[in-house]
Amino acid sequence: MNWITNYVRPKIRALVSRTDIPDNLWEKCPACGQMIFHRELEASLRVCPSCGHHMRIGAKRRLELLFDEGDYSLIELPETIADPLRFRDRERYSERLRRSRSATGRQDALLVAHGTIGGRKAVVAAFDFSFMGGSMGIAVGEGLLAAAKLAIAQEAALIAVPASGGARMQEGILSLMQMPRSTVAVEMVKDKGLPYIVLLTDPTTGGVTASFAMLGDIHIAEPGAVIGFAGARVIEETIRETLPEGFQRAEYLLDHGMVDMVVERKDLPETLGRILRLLGERRPEAEVVPLRPSAGDEAGEAKARQEATPRLVGEPAGEAKGEAGEAARASDKPAAAKTKTPAKDEPERDPAE
Amino acid sequence: MRHYLDFEKPIAELEGKIEELRHLSDGGELNIADEVARLQGKADRLLRQTYTKLSAWQKCQVARHPERPHSADYLAALIEDFVPLAGDRLYGEDRAILGGLGRFRGHSCVVLGQEKGHDMQSRVTHNFGMPRPEGYRKAQRLMQLAERFKLPLVTFVDTAGAYPGIGAEERGQAEAIARCIELGLQLRVPVIATVIGEGGSGGAIALATANRVIMLEHSIYSVISPEGCASILWRSAEQNQEAAEALRLTAQDLEKLGVIDQIVPEPLGAAHRGRDKTMAAVGDAIEEALQALGRLDGGTLKAQRRDKFLAMGQKGLG
Ligand SMILES: [Zn+2]
Repeated sequence: MNWITNYVRPKIRALVSRTDIPDNLWEKCPACGQMIFHRELEASLRVCPSCGHHMRIGAKRRLELLFDEGDYSLIELPETIADPLRFRDRERYSERLRRSRSATGRQDALLVAHGTIGGRKAVVAAFDFSFMGGSMGIAVGEGLLAAAKLAIAQEAALIAVPASGGARMQEGILSLMQMPRSTVAVEMVKDKGLPYIVLLTDPTTGGVTASFAMLGDIHIAEPGAVIGFAGARVIEETIRETLPEGFQRAEYLLDHGMVDMVVERKDLPETLGRILRLLGERRPEAEVVPLRPSAGDEAGEAKARQEATPRLVGEPAGEAKGEAGEAARASDKPAAAKTKTPAKDEPERDPAE
Repeated sequence: MRHYLDFEKPIAELEGKIEELRHLSDGGELNIADEVARLQGKADRLLRQTYTKLSAWQKCQVARHPERPHSADYLAALIEDFVPLAGDRLYGEDRAILGGLGRFRGHSCVVLGQEKGHDMQSRVTHNFGMPRPEGYRKAQRLMQLAERFKLPLVTFVDTAGAYPGIGAEERGQAEAIARCIELGLQLRVPVIATVIGEGGSGGAIALATANRVIMLEHSIYSVISPEGCASILWRSAEQNQEAAEALRLTAQDLEKLGVIDQIVPEPLGAAHRGRDKTMAAVGDAIEEALQALGRLDGGTLKAQRRDKFLAMGQKGLG
């Protein structure tokens, strides 16, 4: 690292320009200390141009960034019971909630939106860390369930984007119960054969990690994101050792087999789009006329269709189940419908739904 | 030598005096026997008074009492033909979670339980009841065994929480717990969980996504320990009592919140003063649950479990 450019210069610049530039026009990179002009920072999706550090972003910005052309529709989330325990520490929970709501203009820490990513239908459930540390209470659990139901209704993929310190302590045991409840949400989506992808962002810890966030079909992490179960301080206090370099960072989790990939923020839409297309569009775009089966022979018909179906080289044999399902569905339709392969965008899943 | 909790001091003094008198009365003097009986009555009254109005923090202490029956005690008392099973087939064997096949009052079943240990050596062996990912993966393995052979799953929850350590994190503590919850929710066999002592956070719920969740009268179940909560929200570890109160972690509050299904009463002066009685009462509650759930088919069991968790959080303490 060039310490003159990255460390000294911004300090000097800050000294010189303190009086004539409002503070919020410049932001300091928490990793390298570089001062970055706000417009430059926005253009780089809040990734430090000098060291590549991924700063946290809000849920709204996240949605804009992920959906095609930044186009999405938010859904209204169900209203839930506020302050079920009438919790009070040094301050009332109801008061903390009220303050967070007025500061963020949001009801709680989760936003749920739908749209397309890479041309494929997707529902995104994005956490806002600025709302009480993105903590998961009843409202977040209900939001995840609503997201799952929406994905099922739209036959869309579900993408969860946690940014959370874990359970919301002020909701006590009911926040712990969001671990199984959010897992039920995930199960509902998986039961329907729809993709469930987790995009792990900074930070993803505690009960959030130990439930829906570690149950994805695919796990993508942003560079440098802290991902773990126990907090670093708790671990240090328990074992009385210093933690290894990069502990609980995305790259560390990649090395330990907990995530599939670490992807830079700018490449996320493309990566997600590619995955969603691979999971959703399993056949090449081709006009194929399958062999006409002999009348009344259902098994022969299914076999014939399978043989006539173009296969990608290396397509796993496990796909055969889906193929048979497709054939079974086609066989319910009038004969004329059998002569064409399904359109490219038609979802190909188990017709049993 | 009994281990007395700080709030049991007056009881300890009385019982000490009784012990002394008994020692003296070996000669068989009648007036000493009378005095012993009188003091015993007084001690019982004091115990009852103390234990009917335990504060949340006092319940935490009782739930962690070293003489309280642990999972290994329940296995010995309630499970016949126990065949312990070990290992996650991936990395190691975690003795913080005991598991195996056994027969509970005639029913063959799979049993899992977190074990804290009872002396220094066994505490180290069982890692103070704080499981590592291997323990949760062993639990998953045994859950799958239960599913495959259509055996009910009986669990005993007693942990301060999953172990926070470097290795545990590296081997995916979060994933191991998440997968336990996922699997627990999928099972098509009866799942009965009993919180016998301490139900500590994610490490506890990994074994408690059950059709019926039972709690002992003075056990606790919480999203975070009162100590942890105090140090985060009050920025002071000395506010344990306030945190315990605020978290609503007692069996009584959890029943009101619809998070647990049943409370099993403890004998006078809590489980550590009547270990056999306590374990038999837990056995009765499990048997009753098994009988009710045994009548349901796999699909219904899974749906009942899901629906139960989905319904949580509709009502507060009002
Ligand atoms: Zn930087």
